[in-house]
Amino acid sequence: MDAVARLHRQLVDYSNSLFQEGILDNQFGHLQQLQDESNPDFVAEVVNLYFKDSERLLNEITVALDQQNVDFTKVGGHVHQLKGSSSSIGAQRVNNVCTAFRSFCEEKNIEGCQQYLQHLKQEYYLVKNKLQTLFQLQQQLLSAGGSIPAYEMR
Amino acid sequence: MMIGAEGASSSKKARISENPVSKNRPYFALVVDDDPMIRRIHSMILKSVGFKVEVAENGKEAVDLFRTGAKFHIVFIDMEMPVMDGIEATKAMRAMKVESKIVGVTSRNSETEREVFMQAGLDLCYTKPLTMAKIVPLLEELQKN
Repeated sequence: MDAVARLHRQLVDYSNSLFQEGILDNQFGHLQQLQDESNPDFVAEVVNLYFKDSERLLNEITVALDQQNVDFTKVGGHVHQLKGSSSSIGAQRVNNVCTAFRSFCEEKNIEGCQQYLQHLKQEYYLVKNKLQTLFQLQQQLLSAGGSIPAYEMR
Repeated sequence: MMIGAEGASSSKKARISENPVSKNRPYFALVVDDDPMIRRIHSMILKSVGFKVEVAENGKEAVDLFRTGAKFHIVFIDMEMPVMDGIEATKAMRAMKVESKIVGVTSRNSETEREVFMQAGLDLCYTKPLTMAKIVPLLEELQKN
């Protein structure tokens, strides 16, 4: 198997694993389908905006939960925003954790919120790491002279 | 999600060239959202089916665009935004006799909140994110009219 074919296979397998593990859902595939020659960096642009905004929100949630009198409405608002942006890029597991986290905010359950903040951070950094690896594999394939495979919805 | 062997570019070109929007007059859309990521995604989806797209970061910018005489066939507007939210902006646009189709786009699931948004003057309200499946029927409706 030559280098391009090997890298192609590696990318396909890695990408499929992200969907099979539920880290990404079809919404990410929709974004991939929108990318074309006139917007070759569309997905990377969107994902980088997601990273920037998510880290801001995680920081704000952390600060808000650290207050003596926690404003659960404020925390819930940040979680809601993070849920919205996660669903928009297809970060399914982050989206799901946000849904559960929001319930604890509504119940004003500080222990639950703190626990889920850690869970949320874990899932966010997991998807960030996975996406960065995905982009690296894509770049390696492109550098070797290959092209990024199209994504078909299941 | 399966990865296929067919290249994306050929299927994409077929989709655009088959779209009557690109063959005839263009349709203009306004995307109103304070989240730059959402503005980027929604603009891209709309452009992929042939819309010409402008964006606004909040309700006030959207209303100001109409005040300066801009016209859009369709507006996609978020509910929660700083400066002026989607509810107030929709009320303001309808008060100005804006006839564009106005579609609310929100991540809120509460029926009560969505009803309040609809009452402001929306034609319909979608849950984020916008998808091709949600946009194509809207485009077909515009073409019929």
